[in-house]
Amino acid sequence: MIAPALPPDLAELQAEIEAYAREYGLDFPEIRYQMLDYKTMNLVAAYDGFPTRYPHWRFGMEYERLSKSYAYGLHRIYEMVINTDPCYAYLLVSNLRVDQKLVMAHVCGHADFFKNNLWFAHTNRKMLDEMANHAARIRSYINRYGLEAVEQFLDACLSLDNLIDIHAPGVKRRPEVEDSPPEEMTAIPKLKAKDYMDPFINPPEYIAAQQQKLQAAREQRKQFPEQPERDVLLFLMHYAPLENWQRDILGIVREEAYYFAPQRQTKIMNEGWASYWHSTIMTQRALKPEELIDYADHHAGTIAAHPGRLNPYRLGLELFRDIEDRWNRGAFGPEYEACDSLEARRNWDRQLGLGREKIFEVRRIYNDVGFIDAFLTEDFAREHKLFAFAYNERQEQYEISSRDFQEIKRKLLFQLTNFGQPIIDVVDANYENRGELYLVHRHEGIDLDVPFAEATLENLHFIWNRPVHLETVVQDSGRVLFSFGPDGPRQRKLD
Amino acid sequence: MIYFSVAHRIDQDAGRFRQIVRGQVRRNLRKYMSNGELIGRQGKDLVSIPVPQIELPHFRFGQKQMGGVGQGDGDVGTPLGPGNPGDGSGEAGDQPGRHILEVEMSLQELAEILGEELELPRIQPKGKRNVEGGVVRYTGIRRVGPESLRSFKRTYRAALKRQLAAGLYNPERPIVIPIRDDIRYRSWEVHPRPQSNAVIFYMMDVSGSMTRNKKELVRLTAFWIDTWLRANYKNLEVRYIVHDAAAKEVDGHTFYHLRESGGTRISSAYQLCRKIMTEEYDPEDWNLYAFHFSDGENFGGSDDELCREILEEWLLPRVNLFGYGQVPGGYGRMFLDTIKKIENEKLAYATIKNNDAIYDTIKTFLGKGL
Repeated sequence: MIAPALPPDLAELQAEIEAYAREYGLDFPEIRYQMLDYKTMNLVAAYDGFPTRYPHWRFGMEYERLSKSYAYGLHRIYEMVINTDPCYAYLLVSNLRVDQKLVMAHVCGHADFFKNNLWFAHTNRKMLDEMANHAARIRSYINRYGLEAVEQFLDACLSLDNLIDIHAPGVKRRPEVEDSPPEEMTAIPKLKAKDYMDPFINPPEYIAAQQQKLQAAREQRKQFPEQPERDVLLFLMHYAPLENWQRDILGIVREEAYYFAPQRQTKIMNEGWASYWHSTIMTQRALKPEELIDYADHHAGTIAAHPGRLNPYRLGLELFRDIEDRWNRGAFGPEYEACDSLEARRNWDRQLGLGREKIFEVRRIYNDVGFIDAFLTEDFAREHKLFAFAYNERQEQYEISSRDFQEIKRKLLFQLTNFGQPIIDVVDANYENRGELYLVHRHEGIDLDVPFAEATLENLHFIWNRPVHLETVVQDSGRVLFSFGPDGPRQRKLD
Repeated sequence: MIYFSVAHRIDQDAGRFRQIVRGQVRRNLRKYMSNGELIGRQGKDLVSIPVPQIELPHFRFGQKQMGGVGQGDGDVGTPLGPGNPGDGSGEAGDQPGRHILEVEMSLQELAEILGEELELPRIQPKGKRNVEGGVVRYTGIRRVGPESLRSFKRTYRAALKRQLAAGLYNPERPIVIPIRDDIRYRSWEVHPRPQSNAVIFYMMDVSGSMTRNKKELVRLTAFWIDTWLRANYKNLEVRYIVHDAAAKEVDGHTFYHLRESGGTRISSAYQLCRKIMTEEYDPEDWNLYAFHFSDGENFGGSDDELCREILEEWLLPRVNLFGYGQVPGGYGRMFLDTIKKIENEKLAYATIKNNDAIYDTIKTFLGKGL
């Protein structure tokens, strides 16, 4: 099963589509297509697009799931593209020619997005090699330490792989370690003043407050870690009692988690951008009259709105179109915002024509959170019939809970923040001076899934090797401390 | 990029996954056996098993409180339809849904797990006389046959022999030309493969005192007996007999749902069982199994004696195994006490107190390896 090279007619097609894309200003690396049959496609999809991954049952599980849902006709993967340079993309052999066209235009959008969106700037573009490298290392550990041991450890690591600091590549969290710590300040320096002026120039309350701060800082330094640490995986790599091979596996899991994080942070934008470009390229340039019906059918399938679900393709596409339209008309800025005549807003046109430029800028600097925050407008939400839903305990079903714009936006943003994962920090690695690990969940209104949290703590305990604690809030009981130690799980209320 | 190794790799990962599933099912077998989750999920050869804890756990939000954002018509309060509305977070397609994983497993595989976990001995079937089909093997040669089976080597060998015998063969110019008579064809033989047949008779008391819960216990027990015996016999038939004061044969559905109000005469069922066996199942050819479930109430001591007589004199000598399962709730003298008096290694009995006892019941019934 060697992936055949692109047949000549499709190679021609690729050149044609890419020429259109570059005319529009898309900027992408060389794209290499591989033709796959559906089986291989499912298989590569199970490996997240990377043919060489380390052995793990979860890929097998995913493959079974994909195969089954393909067999039942529930889904079909037309295309897949991975963030590498050159950019690899997979086409389904059985696609119609018009599908291949659509898919290639779509892939150009993704490739451009990968290359230019800032959140991808730190990702490793040689990830194919890196993944293969990871696979080889883990295989060698399996040979040396046995499948059971490696798998057990890998499972534990994977269960924590969302505890990363997604902003870390862009933000410097703490100052570089200085060689000689700065001189300890013991007394608060006073401004020079005559005796009788002293209480006014150096007020005693101020001095006392400063003294306290100093004290607090000193306390802080005794804490370990000094600052709450969000990159829990990194923390464990540094401080957990691990064998070298275990540390390496943890590092591999962490590296792959960071590699995939931007894709989860930009799902709406990325799919929206690619859909925007396939529809633009197809309808304006590439489509032949006889292909129209098939194209329309498949495009509609991609961006269909499913009741009660938000289709990222659709939301992204419509938002990009909305932005383009608004910036073309100049429908933004304080003057527009202040205008409260619906009529005037609708017919607002300053003939600016800045739309294209704006969307290219947006695809460069935003991720989903910023994208929704900045560009999801009340008009848009109304026009696209967005709603918030919630679970109704009494009816035991999900119901539309609100059509209020603020509520919708709040909920959407909440789901996108930290790619929809709870925010959890390591706060103390020497809890009660017993070397126990203390994590805090920054609770923002939604509780954790308790059975899962307990199971995850058990995995954390396996890595940390000392009791571990997680402080969180449970709706009915307030602050709760979940613990896992040698005696198994425990929980107690904190207030 | 090279893909040929990928397929091999996914087979390994999928194989490992199935192994883990097997382990999970095995660990939770007692639970599956007691709560009847698997019944109704069973197709012809496959059973679909919900495996809860196979997903890798993460710290994640509780789903119900979370809610989400969707798109479409409807006023506040409009339900979104049953089940999960899917991830509203724009991650559709990115992650598998939060469903309990269901894996399909063949009944054969399930039976193997059952056998391993309960340490059930393999059944030695009796009666190898029943022949069902056979394997076709190409073993011989003959002079007639279809052209597609022509054997070139044999044909030319025959031609060579003929030419040598007739003195037509010239070693200087070794040309061998077969004629019609030389042509040989491959021939086949059908190797009979002995097959063993089995029949299970389920008998149950459906008198007024057998409530739905008690029948559920019977149903669960019967499911596992079926699963195990089906794995051991290629050809398995199941017959159902219900009885109160009189017995009759019914189909499977009726068996578990029928409710009569009469009294109880167990011997009526045993007699009917004997009748059907005599007429249709020769013990020489069939592996006979009979299981009887009741709450232990029986009308009068004389009927107990009659049952004992039928069992000892007629049924036990013929069947591979006779199982008696007593569900709770009966009053007074228990039929089980009568059964206990019979000493025969083909007889197994158990009290099925509640769902948890099914596990041990199966072990008692099938642990004999008969």
